[in-house]
Amino acid sequence: MATWKPDPTFYPSPRMAMKAPAEALAYVASFDPKRQVPDGIAVVDVDPKSSTYSKIVNTITMPNAGDELHHFGWNACSSCLCPNAPHPHVERRYLIVPGLRSSRIHVLDTKADPAKPKIVKVVEPAEVAERAGYTRPHTVHCGPEGIYVAALGNAEGKRPGGVFLMDHDSFDIRGRWEIDRGEQELAYDAWWHLGHDTLVTSEWGTPDTFEEGLVPEILLGAQYGRRLHFWDLHTRKHQQTIDFGDKYQLVFELRPAHDPTKAYGFVNCVLSLADLSSSIWVWHRDGKQWAVTKIIDIPAEPAEPDQLPPMLKGFKAVPPLVTDIDLSMDDRFLYIACWGTGELRQYDVSDPFKPKLTGSVRVGGIVGRATHPGANGRPLNGGPQMVEVSRDGRRVYFTNSLYGVIDEQFYPEGLQGWMVKLEAKPEGGIAFDKEFFIDWPASHRPHQVRLQGGDCSSDSYCYP
Amino acid sequence: MNEYWPWLVLAGLGAFHGLNPAMGWLFAVALGLHRNSRVIIMQALPAIALGHAASIAIVAGAVVLTGLVIKAQALLAGGGILLIGWAIYHQLYGHRHRVRVGMRTGLAGLALWSFVMATAHGAGLMVLPALIPLCLADSPLGATAAEGSIGIALVAVGIHTAAMLVVTGAIAVAVREWLGLAVLRSAWINFDWLWTAGLALAGIILLVSAHPS
Repeated sequence: MATWKPDPTFYPSPRMAMKAPAEALAYVASFDPKRQVPDGIAVVDVDPKSSTYSKIVNTITMPNAGDELHHFGWNACSSCLCPNAPHPHVERRYLIVPGLRSSRIHVLDTKADPAKPKIVKVVEPAEVAERAGYTRPHTVHCGPEGIYVAALGNAEGKRPGGVFLMDHDSFDIRGRWEIDRGEQELAYDAWWHLGHDTLVTSEWGTPDTFEEGLVPEILLGAQYGRRLHFWDLHTRKHQQTIDFGDKYQLVFELRPAHDPTKAYGFVNCVLSLADLSSSIWVWHRDGKQWAVTKIIDIPAEPAEPDQLPPMLKGFKAVPPLVTDIDLSMDDRFLYIACWGTGELRQYDVSDPFKPKLTGSVRVGGIVGRATHPGANGRPLNGGPQMVEVSRDGRRVYFTNSLYGVIDEQFYPEGLQGWMVKLEAKPEGGIAFDKEFFIDWPASHRPHQVRLQGGDCSSDSYCYP
Repeated sequence: MNEYWPWLVLAGLGAFHGLNPAMGWLFAVALGLHRNSRVIIMQALPAIALGHAASIAIVAGAVVLTGLVIKAQALLAGGGILLIGWAIYHQLYGHRHRVRVGMRTGLAGLALWSFVMATAHGAGLMVLPALIPLCLADSPLGATAAEGSIGIALVAVGIHTAAMLVVTGAIAVAVREWLGLAVLRSAWINFDWLWTAGLALAGIILLVSAHPS
């Protein structure tokens, strides 16, 4: 398991990680929304020099049906080089792949053949619930004390959701992470500032409020998550809550600055109940406390009722539904996926309080149905959703499915999956790689993308 | 020559402990980078050495006290078994420690971190083969000998710590000023393995010397 020298994919700092070689493979969660056929991890060839470029070269099938593979992550990454908790000779080798619906956790070994990982361990849902006290595992992050998994429900599938730890060698569930959770009950994403001993968590809702789809009454009643929680990473105690207020719903993806000396990060709020806009907020220090500032508003676009799904007809507008964001390794470009309007935006956030729009592409969308150069003019549905950026910041990959039952609420005709790639210029600006369009196998839909060797949402660093 | 070797071993192990990035120099460098300060490195190094010394001193004190009540041979054998047990523990579970000190720590936290790291890694146990003969040398006279042993034990801890501080300080400065952190990617060899081997070797040496010749 261990090695003589540190894993070559571990980098002390984000600046060094940017010089990493380009990824040759992408791993993509692929799930059957009907829960009939087992889900899989699709392995996509992303090496432009390869004859199978932009093709799915393998799919690793899970042993059961109905897992709903969603987010996943590595067993170990660059945080293993941290001085206070060094584990430099663990290998980045295993993908930890939870089923969001089943709560089953799969461990895939990528070492022998990275293009064809093998399932080496499966932790069954009952064991996860018993040992962690949580279910519905969502975000997976490698970190200072092992593998951190943010889970949306407790053992009974109710509140509180929270974070649990797994051993990065044996993959045993080590138990609940929080020692004092304060007023935190809802869970969604979790990440940290290693340089500021702070863990941040965000909120969606409990499994009974989303597993059959978003519930309009809960949404319009502002009862889904709308808060950020700040924790001491090492004492594991809750320190501060920031409530976005009853106009805002669904505070989701946490993208702290990669530079560990910087104490700020970005988070997307999916929906404003006032005008259906989405917003991007930056959290930052304000004296001895954390504070948030809204930096970007993306408005809803007017639409005819007959262009809209039943849920939106009354509003005569299509909401942008920003459901994922990603920050480049140099903390300069923020990518914003507008799943409703079918747009992917790039902002220069060198000054996090003064974002500048530097690029935009359109594909899919509830109304737009924009096509892609590789799709022969065919209208596409779904929209930019899970977005991942290469370590050097030159390539951006994204897929179009959000969550099985929610796809149906916004794309009721049935979402046809795809994955695309953008080329990003170092000084800003994005454009489609015309050759890269993957028409996803119709039985499944793609969700999170992980890049071989690490990407912009996988690793955290202890050195600037 | 014979009377010098325990001192050489103490200093050599001090250098070995100082060399290990997990024992402190890397933390000092990281704090220097985070706070953009060379001064903090110079403050961090003695704090780290202090924590390390405290961990070694506890073991040395235990040797002196135990030496008063049990025979040298039993102490050697007991120490040997303890070391081999620690080596096995370190190999199997060494990575499972709670992380209690982070990048915002002060100097007291840093000293505590260093103490915990040295203790959990069995740094003090590793120097037993040098400590035991020094502390128990010619001690037929009870209390007087115990006082002498305490003095020798303190000198032993001092020598070990001084060697550790010199090496860890030299590396911290070299990495901060010239080498850069990229050196970690190639030069950070698996000290956990070397460490486990060091513990086991020290245990075997003790067991062999406990065997009546």
